[in-house]
Amino acid sequence: MAEKIDLLETEVWDGNMAASQAMRQAQIDVVAAYPITPSTPVVENYGNFLANGYIDGEFVMVESEHAAMSGCIGASAAGGRVATATSSQGFALMVETLYQASGMRLPIVLNVVNRALAAPLNVNGDHSDMYLGRDSGWIQLNAYNAQDAYDLNLIAFKVAENHKVRLPVMIHQDGFMTSHTAEGVKTLQDEEAYAFVGDFKPMNAMLDFEKPATYGVQTEEDWHFEHKARQHNDLMTKVYPVMEEVFAEFEKKTGRKFDLVTNHRLDDAEVAIVAMGTTVDTAMMVADQLREKGIKAGVMGMRVIRPFPFAKIAEVLSNVKAVCCMDRSSPGGAPGMLYNEISGALYNSAKRPVVTGYVYGLGGRDMTVEYLKGIFADGLENAKAGKPTTPLQQFIGVRGPKLNFL
Amino acid sequence: MFEIRWHSRAGQGAVTGAKGLAEVVSTTGKFVQAFAFYGSAKRGAAMTAYNRVSDKRIINHEKFMSPEYVLIIDPALIHTADFTANAKENTKYIITSHLNKEDLVKSQPKLEGKEVYVVDCMSIAMDTIGRAIPNTPMLGALMKISGMYEIDFFKESMLNVLRKFPQKIIDANMAAIQRAYDEVN
Repeated sequence: MAEKIDLLETEVWDGNMAASQAMRQAQIDVVAAYPITPSTPVVENYGNFLANGYIDGEFVMVESEHAAMSGCIGASAAGGRVATATSSQGFALMVETLYQASGMRLPIVLNVVNRALAAPLNVNGDHSDMYLGRDSGWIQLNAYNAQDAYDLNLIAFKVAENHKVRLPVMIHQDGFMTSHTAEGVKTLQDEEAYAFVGDFKPMNAMLDFEKPATYGVQTEEDWHFEHKARQHNDLMTKVYPVMEEVFAEFEKKTGRKFDLVTNHRLDDAEVAIVAMGTTVDTAMMVADQLREKGIKAGVMGMRVIRPFPFAKIAEVLSNVKAVCCMDRSSPGGAPGMLYNEISGALYNSAKRPVVTGYVYGLGGRDMTVEYLKGIFADGLENAKAGKPTTPLQQFIGVRGPKLNFL
Repeated sequence: MFEIRWHSRAGQGAVTGAKGLAEVVSTTGKFVQAFAFYGSAKRGAAMTAYNRVSDKRIINHEKFMSPEYVLIIDPALIHTADFTANAKENTKYIITSHLNKEDLVKSQPKLEGKEVYVVDCMSIAMDTIGRAIPNTPMLGALMKISGMYEIDFFKESMLNVLRKFPQKIIDANMAAIQRAYDEVN
């Protein structure tokens, strides 16, 4: 029986440690993992807990990220609680198996510590890997800081494993900016945390020999579409009710409130920034500073990236006049994902705000308070003019002549 | 809110020092951040680490910082690192050096007119801990100059931070903190 760890009410943890502690508390049956910067400490800490007797489950060392997710798929289909972690190139190598995991409806939890994709090689944080996973059929939750990384891990198991959902969940945190920044994290004691996550309840477990089940069969033109349609249907209709229930239960236990989208002072805002990761937190601070000067600024944080909260976004941004969408991934010859998807959510809305896009922070480039003030100022001009006063796609923080497109 | 920037070489313990300070500050109910710039820095490469301390929850994640304190724990970095970058008018510099303040300022004219404190963390670390890990002595010096916490309270808190280490190492660190506190000027 694993030993318990007495935690302080507030521990000073970085995002990686926060994730590994939550994984330890969830009493996972199998972790199959291959380390890669900046997510390495997640599995390193976890291995440390295991070696010191704090974990009963199995830890499988594998030869690649493709094998890591393959191991997770096998263990999850066998009928256990399963999780792992990766970043960047490792995530890219995992992609083939990500689609297997979601298609087989396996409730695996994957910590993705976001990092740029090569070339050129870069170990720092941006959202390229996160964007690569967005059509993979996984649920994607987004942490803005280390506290979120801890909380969302506990929440993720409960959502993924719910029999109405049965879909894998990624928890995204910003490489280095969250994963290697130590800050105060409010904890739950081991018993409380496990009581919240609950016992794993198997469904169609392959180790249940009384009820044989098959995973990963071949379906051609005759059935493939029906399976994919059902998976999409469940993502669109089954996930939110369960997630909102779990968020409410978590709030009751901890006082910390999560929503499908983070609504920071949007109700009377004229200008809003839409962002993900640590930028949400910093933008909220900047919005508060601007409010003190009488500028009606707000922030929408993408807590849930997939399934994309289309209706909720249209609702919280319905009275805003200008929206600035911030993409931390090179769009590779297109508008940014957030620009496109937020525009899609708002196009049929009654007041149809002006939407502009920004590409920023690639390879860990700093998103500063000053840049955010400039983006709010752009948005305010758009709100006054009732139309875009800037190009639709601006690059922020890149050296050389100012880059604009569209 | 006040902010600290550490200048160090990878392997000298600036990140551990910044995290240790954060742990102590956190136990007093304040809010903290400790982070560093990594890249693919190898042992011995110049690097920077950072602390933010505030009475309110810190949600600023920008890496840019205009620090109140600059802590230099490797003696050679005053000649190579851009340690005055984004400094305030009244930024305080605590520098590891075997030189006295006058000779130190002479050797680096950028320090002219700045509020400079000197402490030989390297010798202190070698004498007490037996290794060139000047992070904990620098924290002792910071306590003296900043007046953040009484030294006895700080040492008691550091006992908890260092609790995983053997008693010999804990004792050596306590001696290092006290000596740097007494010697910084």
